[in-house]
Amino acid sequence: MNTEPKKYRLDWDIQQLIGNMLRFGVWLSAGIAGIGGIIYLLAHGLEKAPVYKVYAGEPAVFRSISAVIKGALVFNSSSIMQLGVLLLIATPIARVLFSFFAFLMEKDYLYVFITFIVLSILVFSMTGGIGV
Amino acid sequence: MLAASFLAGMIGALTGLGGGVVLVPLLTLVFKVDIHYAIGTSLVAVIATSSGAAAAYVKEGITNIRLGMFMEIATTAGALIGTMIIVYTPTNIIAVIFGAILIFSALMTLRKRNTDHIETETKSMLAERLRLNSNYPSKDGLVNYKIKHVPAGFVMMLGAGILSSLLGIGSGAFKVLAMDNVMRIPFKVSTTTSNFMIGVTAAASSILYFHRGYIDPVLTFPVVIGVFAGAMLGARILIGSGVKILRIVFSIVITFVAAEMIYKGLKGT
Repeated sequence: MNTEPKKYRLDWDIQQLIGNMLRFGVWLSAGIAGIGGIIYLLAHGLEKAPVYKVYAGEPAVFRSISAVIKGALVFNSSSIMQLGVLLLIATPIARVLFSFFAFLMEKDYLYVFITFIVLSILVFSMTGGIGV
Repeated sequence: MLAASFLAGMIGALTGLGGGVVLVPLLTLVFKVDIHYAIGTSLVAVIATSSGAAAAYVKEGITNIRLGMFMEIATTAGALIGTMIIVYTPTNIIAVIFGAILIFSALMTLRKRNTDHIETETKSMLAERLRLNSNYPSKDGLVNYKIKHVPAGFVMMLGAGILSSLLGIGSGAFKVLAMDNVMRIPFKVSTTTSNFMIGVTAAASSILYFHRGYIDPVLTFPVVIGVFAGAMLGARILIGSGVKILRIVFSIVITFVAAEMIYKGLKGT
C-alpha cells in the first residue's frame, strides 16, 4: 500500500469509510425499526393482521418526515418502525453526500460536479418530485 | 409473512435475481397486497439488501465507485421518471411489464457468464475523461480494465432506473446486462457496482413513494427484516457449491409466476 501514490490511498480510505457507513446505516435502522416492532407486537400482537388488498394511501402521520419523528418521540410504535424505514432510505443518500465531500477533498472537481447532480435529483425527489 | 419474505430474500440471493423481483409477485399474488404497497415495500427491502451487500464489496475495493457515481445520474433520473409514469399506468399493465421483466431476469441468470473478456485497449475518450477505467484486486494481483460504449450504457441505466421505480425492483439484471455486454466491464466489477447503485436508485423513488403513502410501517417492517435475513443466508449458501441446479429450478418456477402475472394482467384482474 505504501508504494502507491497518495491519491489512491485516499481512495482506499474512502472506500472503507463508505463501507462502514452503509453497514452502520442498515444496522441502526434495523435496530430502531426492531424496537418499534416489539412495541407494536406487545400492543397489537393478538389482533388480526391488517389487510392491504385495497390501496388507500397511508395516513398523513406516516407520510411526512416531521410527522414520523413527532410520532416516534411519543413512542408510537408504528411511527418508530417508519422512522427505521426512513433511516434505511437515508443510508444511501448519506453515502452520496459523503462521496461529495470525499471528491472535494481529493480535488476531483469533475466528480464533485457529478455527485452534485445526483444529490440534486435526490433532493428534488425528497421535496416531492414532480407534483402529481 | 416474515417467513415468506425470508424465503423471497433467500431465493433472490441464490438465483442472483435480487429480493424485489421475488418479493413483489409474492406480495401481490399470494398475500393479495395492492401493487402500490408491494412496490413501496419492496423498494425499501431492496435498499436494505443492496446496502448490506455493497458495504462488503466496497471495502474489498471491487466496486468502481466513479463509474457507480456517474451512472447514478442516469438511474436516479430514470427512477424519477418511473415515479411519474406509475401514476398514469393501470395496475394490470404494471403486472404485465413485471411478468416480462421477470422472464428476462430469469433468462439472464441462466446465461453463460463470460469472465475473461477484460478489455485493456479501447479508444473511449469519454471513459478516459471521466476516469472510469480502473482495476480490481484478484488472486493474481490488480487486474486493470477499460470501459467501452459509455453513452449506450448511460441510456440503458436510465431504463434500469425507470423499471426500478415502476416495478419496485433493483433491476440488477438490467444494470449488469448494460455493464457486462455493452460496456465490457468484468463480471465481478459489474455485479458489485450494480449493487452499489441500486441503493441510491431505490432511495430516490422510495422517498417519493413515502410521501405519496405507498409505504406502510406495519407491512414494511416484517418484510424488510425477512428479506434482509434471507438474503444474508442466501449469500452464505451461495459460497458453497451445487447452486447451479437450484438456479435452474428457481428460474423455471419464476417463469411460471411471470406467466401468471401476465395472464392475470391481460385478463384485467
